[in-house]
This record gives sequence, C-alpha cells and structure tokens, in this order.
Amino acid sequence: MQFGLSEEQIMLRDNINRFLDDNSSLDRVRAFADGGDDADIWAGLAELGVPALLVPEEQGGIGLTPLDAAIVAECLGAHIAPTPFLGTAVMAPTALAASDGDHDTLLAEIAAGTHRVGVAFGEAVKRRNDAHVEVRGEHMFGKSLFAFDANADSYLVADQNKHLYLIAASDPGLQRTHLTTVDKTRRTVELTYDSVAAQCISRDVKVFEAVLDIGRVAIAADTLGAAQNMLDQAVEYAKQREQFNRPIGSFQAVKHMCAEMAAQLEPCRSMVWFAGHALAELPEEARVTACHTKAHLAEVAQFIAKTSTEVHGGMGFTDLVGLHYWFKRCGANRQWLGAPEFIRQEAAVLQGLVKD
Amino acid sequence: MDLSFDPEYETFRSEVVSFLASNADKAPKGNDLRGDAAKGWQKLLIENGYTCRTIPKEFGGYGAEPDIIKSRIIAEEFSKARVNAGLGGQGISMLVPTLLEMGTQEQKEQFIQPTIMGEMLWCQGYSEPGAGSDLAALSTAAVLDGDEWVINGQKIWTSTAQIADWIFCLVRSEPDAPKHKGISFLLFDMKTPGIEVRPLVDMTGHANFNETFFTDVRVPKHQIVGERGQGWQVANAILGHERETLAPANTAQTRVNALVDLMKNETADGARLVDNPVYRDRLMKLQGKVMAMRFNELRVLSARLNPGQDPGLARMISKLEGTELRHDIEGLAIDVMGEIGLAYEDNPHLRGSGSWQREYMYYLGLIIGGGTSQIQKNIISERGLGMPREPKFEKAS
Repeated sequence: MQFGLSEEQIMLRDNINRFLDDNSSLDRVRAFADGGDDADIWAGLAELGVPALLVPEEQGGIGLTPLDAAIVAECLGAHIAPTPFLGTAVMAPTALAASDGDHDTLLAEIAAGTHRVGVAFGEAVKRRNDAHVEVRGEHMFGKSLFAFDANADSYLVADQNKHLYLIAASDPGLQRTHLTTVDKTRRTVELTYDSVAAQCISRDVKVFEAVLDIGRVAIAADTLGAAQNMLDQAVEYAKQREQFNRPIGSFQAVKHMCAEMAAQLEPCRSMVWFAGHALAELPEEARVTACHTKAHLAEVAQFIAKTSTEVHGGMGFTDLVGLHYWFKRCGANRQWLGAPEFIRQEAAVLQGLVKD
Repeated sequence: MDLSFDPEYETFRSEVVSFLASNADKAPKGNDLRGDAAKGWQKLLIENGYTCRTIPKEFGGYGAEPDIIKSRIIAEEFSKARVNAGLGGQGISMLVPTLLEMGTQEQKEQFIQPTIMGEMLWCQGYSEPGAGSDLAALSTAAVLDGDEWVINGQKIWTSTAQIADWIFCLVRSEPDAPKHKGISFLLFDMKTPGIEVRPLVDMTGHANFNETFFTDVRVPKHQIVGERGQGWQVANAILGHERETLAPANTAQTRVNALVDLMKNETADGARLVDNPVYRDRLMKLQGKVMAMRFNELRVLSARLNPGQDPGLARMISKLEGTELRHDIEGLAIDVMGEIGLAYEDNPHLRGSGSWQREYMYYLGLIIGGGTSQIQKNIISERGLGMPREPKFEKAS
C-alpha cells in the first residue's frame, strides 16, 4: 500500500515546475494578460511531453494516467500558466481515445503540440439563458458561451444531448468572439455556429461523462496548485512584513488565518490524488469523487484566495504584488465545468439520493 | 499510488471476522468498565491478540510486533460488527504506553498487567484551573518529606476520578526550576488520605469530569516515572498520539451515512428532508469534506508504512479539522430535524437514541479538550508553516 506519488511522478512534477519557474514567471503571465500569446510556453511544455501525456502510445503519445495529468495541472495552477492544457492535453485526448472513429492523425498532432483543441461544454453542463447547441444532420447551429482556449485549431463541442462533436476553427460558419473575463491568465471565447460542419466523436453519454470528469479533476488540481501558491505567498509575506516592531506573522490573528488555510488545503491534496487515481482504477467511485473534488476544492480555494489576500494587507489588493491573478484563476476554476452548488446536486443524483 | 494490501492481510481479516462471528455474544454491552463480563471479554481479546496487541507477553499483553495494518483491520471489523473492542480509558491508552517507554522494570511489572486486565482503573491528573492550554504552568505542589512526596493542589477535568483506583499526575516538584523543568510524573492510590473528588456537571447534563483536590496527600518517593523534573518529557512522550485519534474519518463517514438515512426517512410537510435543496447541499458539502479527510488519513497511514514518504501537514491538521467536522455533521442532523432535533434524554421523539445532540455537545468538548482549536492553529502555523512565535510578555516588575 502506498498512497501518494511515485518517484517517477515526483520527477515529472519537479521537471514541469522547473520549466515553469523559468518560463511562466509572473512577468511572463503579465505579458500574456496584456495581449501576448502563450505559444512559446506550450512549445516548451510539448518538448517535455505534456500534450502527449494522455495520448495512447499507439498514437504517438506517452499513455500516462489521469493522476499524472492532475500532477501537471497542479504545477500549471501554481504558476498560473497560460496554456491550452485542459482542452488539448486532457479532455480532447480522453474523448478521441474513447471514440469509435479513427483519430490517429489528430492524436499524433496533439501529442506533438502542433494542434490545439478547445472545449465548449457549458451548454451540456448547465445551459445559461439563450445559449444552446444543436446539430441537424452534420451541421451545428446555435451558440456556446465561454469556450476555453481562444487560439484553438478545433473545438470539442457538447450539444444539449451530451453528444460530442469536433469542429474546425477555420470553418466559415464559425464566429469566434473573444470576451473579457476577470481571469487574464487564460482566454475564453464565445462561439456562434451557423451551419458549421460537425464531425461526430461520440453519442455515448458515458464518453461525455468521462471527459467531463477528467476535466473537473484537472481543474481541481489546477485550483490546488493556485491555492497552495497563494498560501505560500501569504506565509512568506507574514514572516517578512513588520508592524509594531515585529513580523505580522507572530500575531495570532494573522498566523491563525494561515493555519486555517493550511488545515483546509492539506486534505485537498490527498483528495486530488485519489480522484485522479479513481478515474483510471476505481470506476465505481470515480464520478462522485470527481464531483466532490471539484466542488470542495472550489470552496477551499475561495476561502484561501480571500484570506491570503487579506494577510497581504493593502499590498494584496494592488496589481504590484499580482496576487489577484491567482485569486481570479481560482474564481474562474470555480465556475468552469460546473459551479459547486450544481456539482453537489450531481453528486446527490449519482448516489440516488434524489432524482435529477 | 497503490491501494492494495498484501494477501496476508486478507487472511488476517477473515480470522478476525470468524472470531467475531463465533464470540461476539460474549462481549459486554454498554460502557461497563468494571464488570466481570468486561474483564472476561478483555482476557479473551488479549489471548487472541485483538487488544493490547503489542504489549510484551511478560507484562500480560499479546506480544506481537507492531503492524499498523493489522491494528486497523481489527478496529475496522470490530466497528463494523458493532462489538466492544476491549477496555479503553486513560490507563490503557496513555499510562501503559508511557510506562513501556519511560517506566522502570518494577513499575512495568507492578502496573501494566493489572491495568490491561481491568483490575486497576486510572485517571489522569494533568489540567488545573490555572493550567489549561498553558499546561506547563501547573502549580499542584509536591514537596519531598523524608521518603514521601507531600502533595497539595487541585486538578480539573479528571474523568473517571470517582471510580479510579489510581491516578497518574503531573506535579510541580522543583518550584525554582524553569516551568517545563520543574514538573514530575507521579503515580498514586486514589484511596490515599487527603484526596477529595467532586463531580463536575457539563453541558450534556452529566458529570463526565471531576475536580480533584489534594490536601497533604503522602505518596512514597519511588512512585515517580522518570527522574525528578522530567515529568514534562514523560507526559509528552505520547501526547501527540492522543490528538491524532480523537476524531477519525471513518467514524465521521459512519455518521454522515447515518445522517443520509435520517434525511431519507424524516419528512417535513410530507416531503423527505433530502428532497429539500438547501439541506441537501449542506449534506453534500459535509460528505465532500469527510471524503477529503478520509484520503488525508490514507496519506498519514501510507507515510507510516513507507518510511521516507512525506505526509506534509496531514497529521498535524487532523485534530483541528476532524473535531470541527464532527461537530458540523451532528449539528446538521439537529438542524434538519427542526424542533425534533431538540429532543433529549427520555423524550419519546428522540432520534438515533439521542446521539445527535449528545455528540454535537461532546465534539464541542473535544474541540476544546486535548489542545484547543486555537492551540492547534498555533502548532500548525509555528511548527508546520515555520511562522514566528508570539513574543513573550516581560514579567511586570
């Protein structure tokens, strides 16, 4: 029995963190936030094999596990790295590998880092207002809000029936509008479909669910990394900052805030590991665990985002320190692929406590 | 990540299960610490290695090598079968491990066997009215007079003092030494003249604790564990262990499952409580927290089994998070029941034999006892996160 990361997984984590320390510094993220692109970061991660992680070996990938993907997601969250990781490296390979069709070429391009796949799932997870996705024949109509990755080459779209389709970003019927959100570390787009050619990937709801589950666990892991980084910054600041002739971290009012953050966050690490492990090894527990992990991490991160900012006092509120990038990353992760209240409802339905 | 156990352990588990199947009827019911049924059951459990498992044979134990997984399997199966898992109490859980680590050969021979067999019941004399979170400030005085310590002072929160045979007690024996170095760890008979025990009724309506007063209590000089002035180290040898086991996640899981059943069965205006979206969301939140704590404990277990694996802060946070979580779980049950949640003791509307209110209050006690949540936060921030200690006040001149 060994509950934790293997030596290889620790090595993977250290390698990715080392790369991101050098290539996804706060200054680099600011450049992206100001309108720059993330191509060099993604190219560097591709050299380390990140987009190939979940692509099966037969299709030119590395064929690792969801837990390995969660480990990388945690590193990306800690560094608030702008990358197309969630859609391209996590959700798309999971969908394509489960599809009946032949996607060898596309999977090989994903693995090589030369093809980015975005994701538009919002309308199948929890449709808002007039957004809807409809496929008639082989053509897609309607509108998706907040699809992620503004620079994708193609999009994996789920319609209201939870069927999965692939569309090309270059399709003349597709209108892609970048809309501003608070999270400047990643860009989302609104997609409008006017008879866009839609390639069916799967009509099996189970495939949709598997793709959603792994996406949620990856978001939870990203949140874990971001929240841990905020806690670390708060602790470091409280040790350095002096008021009343002593470090503010020696005041119980401040140190207890840090202890509460640590006490809530530490079990989250084990939860993310287990959720990643369950996706591959414990199918009976995987779905409920993915729901609870996404929702619980969202709640803990909301507390940490607020509290760690408060520990920084006025500086936490400034752009100078830049803590707000992590704050907003956690906020976006909370809403993407299902807000906590809706996900907990799903967890209750999955356990048969209540009908949908 | 490997969540499987050696096949040897499945064999062991089936042995425990079959023992329980053929012997459970001999187990005592309820919480009787002194009856013959309890003592007979304890003897049978020790002979089979299901309690006092690692205590050496020469002191009356089973004498097995420590094996965390086997201990866990025993605890799981006894809990699943809802069978009494043997005698507990502070003598067995705290004094015996302390004596094994710090006691003399004579002390081990004199005290361990009668303690684990239930012949000798102990109480713990640590806290005082003026020494709670700051336990090392204790002031109960022990002055050597010839071959005897003469003890004067007061202890508080001494559970089972009214029925205990003996007490293990922290006293100030070196009044001029720094506060942590002036304490000694003494053992003495509760029938010694000069001891008065007064019951302390708590918010549950029961006297779960006592106040214990000492007036010129004379104790033979040799009844000390460790050296004079070493009592703080003796007491701390096992204190951390006590904290970790106060609110285990598997019991929290059992309570959440019971809460789910309650919410499926109870109705308000004819609708099941679980169909109320507000209550249901609160339930799901707690279920998610319990899940996180279960995996946190798996990580702690794994770090004990695999030396070199870093448990991070997983162990340090378990008392704080575990006790607060249990209080919240019991509290939600009371909330969903409305007025019925207020029922207590002999009220015919009682649900779960009154356990929800009882545990709700009991876990508030545990949030405070065994190192308050605030002390836990000091430990987490100072030892876990490396934050600076609170500066000490200069003594007023």
